[in-house]
Amino acid sequence: MHELAFSARVVWALALRSLRGALRRPQFLAPLVIFPSMFLAVNVGGLTRTTALPGFPVVDGFLDFQLAGALTQSLLLGGVATGIATALEIEGGFFDRLVASPIPRTTIVLGRLLATGVTAAGQVTYFLLVGFLFGASVKGGVPGVLVVYLIGIVAGVGFGAIGQAIALRAKSASSVQGIFPLVLVVLFASSAFFPRNLLSSPVDTVAKYNPLSYVADGMRHPIIDGVGATSLLEGVGSALLVVLVAGAIALLALRGRLREA
Amino acid sequence: MAAIDVSGLEREYRGGLKAVDGIDLQVQAGEVYGFLGPNGAGKTTTVRMLVTLLRPTGGRATVAGFDVATEPQKVRRKIGVALQEAALDQLMTGRELMELQATLHGIPTREVAGRAQDLIGRVGLADAQERRVGTYSGGMRRRLDLAMALIHAPEVLFLDEPTTGLDPTSRATLWEEVRRLKNDGTTVFLTTQYLEEADQLADRVGIISAGKIVAEGTPTALKAEVGLPHLDLSFDGDADLARAREVLAPLGEVRDVTPPGADVSLGVREGSSAIARVVRALDDAGLTVGRVELVEPTLDDVFAARTGSHLEGAGEAGAAA
Repeated sequence: MHELAFSARVVWALALRSLRGALRRPQFLAPLVIFPSMFLAVNVGGLTRTTALPGFPVVDGFLDFQLAGALTQSLLLGGVATGIATALEIEGGFFDRLVASPIPRTTIVLGRLLATGVTAAGQVTYFLLVGFLFGASVKGGVPGVLVVYLIGIVAGVGFGAIGQAIALRAKSASSVQGIFPLVLVVLFASSAFFPRNLLSSPVDTVAKYNPLSYVADGMRHPIIDGVGATSLLEGVGSALLVVLVAGAIALLALRGRLREA
Repeated sequence: MAAIDVSGLEREYRGGLKAVDGIDLQVQAGEVYGFLGPNGAGKTTTVRMLVTLLRPTGGRATVAGFDVATEPQKVRRKIGVALQEAALDQLMTGRELMELQATLHGIPTREVAGRAQDLIGRVGLADAQERRVGTYSGGMRRRLDLAMALIHAPEVLFLDEPTTGLDPTSRATLWEEVRRLKNDGTTVFLTTQYLEEADQLADRVGIISAGKIVAEGTPTALKAEVGLPHLDLSFDGDADLARAREVLAPLGEVRDVTPPGADVSLGVREGSSAIARVVRALDDAGLTVGRVELVEPTLDDVFAARTGSHLEGAGEAGAAA
């Protein structure tokens, strides 16, 4: 129990440090919302008539539909930022300071992931506020908002774990930064921006097995339709899957890195 | 029990390069051990193994009684570490970093702020503690790094080239702190490429070259191994050098070779305390000494005697004073 309390204290302290670092380095934090906001503005401004396509879900406005896509994109960028921060920590030697301390190794990964989760909550808040400001609404009401937060935070942590795993293997910030184009490809090969039934083959098939589709749809459903059991389970389930798989890979990468030393 | 006990320690990298090649050393509790060697000799690799950042590929090492390979977590609780590059988060303030370090070492929350304040004050950073570390000078960062390494009052402190690249004032401040730690009874393992640093601070010195320890002992004993201190003398006017040699012969070992700028070179076992006696004897013989310079063997001479080459930091020794 004592060891658990110590671990919790260390995780919190490391998360606090990560959050302070993010807030004091706005050039890292700003792109997480600015780029998806611009993308959202372009999409909503130019593709509104898409809602008239046969098979497009019934929505109050295209912004309502696109909010979840922008949020997913923002959370993915958050994962890249987590990876870059981890790599910079390795490059700068602070990682060695942590490793030379008598702390459980997992706290190094968990501390930063907790910070990523808190950042994800901020990203959800930002996009909901932007949506409300420009006339979007959440059909699912308060429970719907809570579902968006739940899936957003869990997915954000999962994407952060992917970033960490890459950083722990690659050990360089530039290598982590190099995955940015891949992030966009994976995002566009999902239903984040368009309904899956309107995607052409083979992207529709990729999107079917892409967890991002379920994360985006899980956050979208409460916004455009209301809270439903299926989309909730699919959204939370896929986000949790990302957390578990990526988290395990990140911990294995940490173990591998420490073994290499 | 030795605070650090190393036996046959090895680190071999992929490709067969042995950065550390079977070293043996013991550091007693309360001792300052200077680990001296040029760049790439294996100093940092040795430290990284002793602080559990790198696994040995051979041999055994214990620190504070615990095996670095099989009991790393116990070792980490007992040691303080300031690595070669002060690895500090530049976005945090000095106080925040001190408090984080205290948390990482499990210091009770109620004691964290007090300990951080004490040590920040001790290293002279009280006025800068609310500033981000990114605004600190190199010397301030090293002092903060040292304070962080001391937050949990470690039994053994590892300082990896703590003064490399520092200006003489910052270097002197850090030396002062190391002396204070020694007086407090802390065991210090100090790597350096500066001869004078090892000479001034270390109770014993180990000299490493190409992964092997080539000499070990107190600085005085090591220097005595390579020869006597000597006085280089020059005389006013047209002094009778043959007469001078005759007068000096009973006072020491008159050398055959005299360095440029001197007239006679005399080996004297007692070093500086021989100067008055030598000058008086020459004066009594009517020989007026114009200049006298005491030249003592350095650890670089020890290194040169053992390896045939010189330490890279040899030329900077004076700057460290």
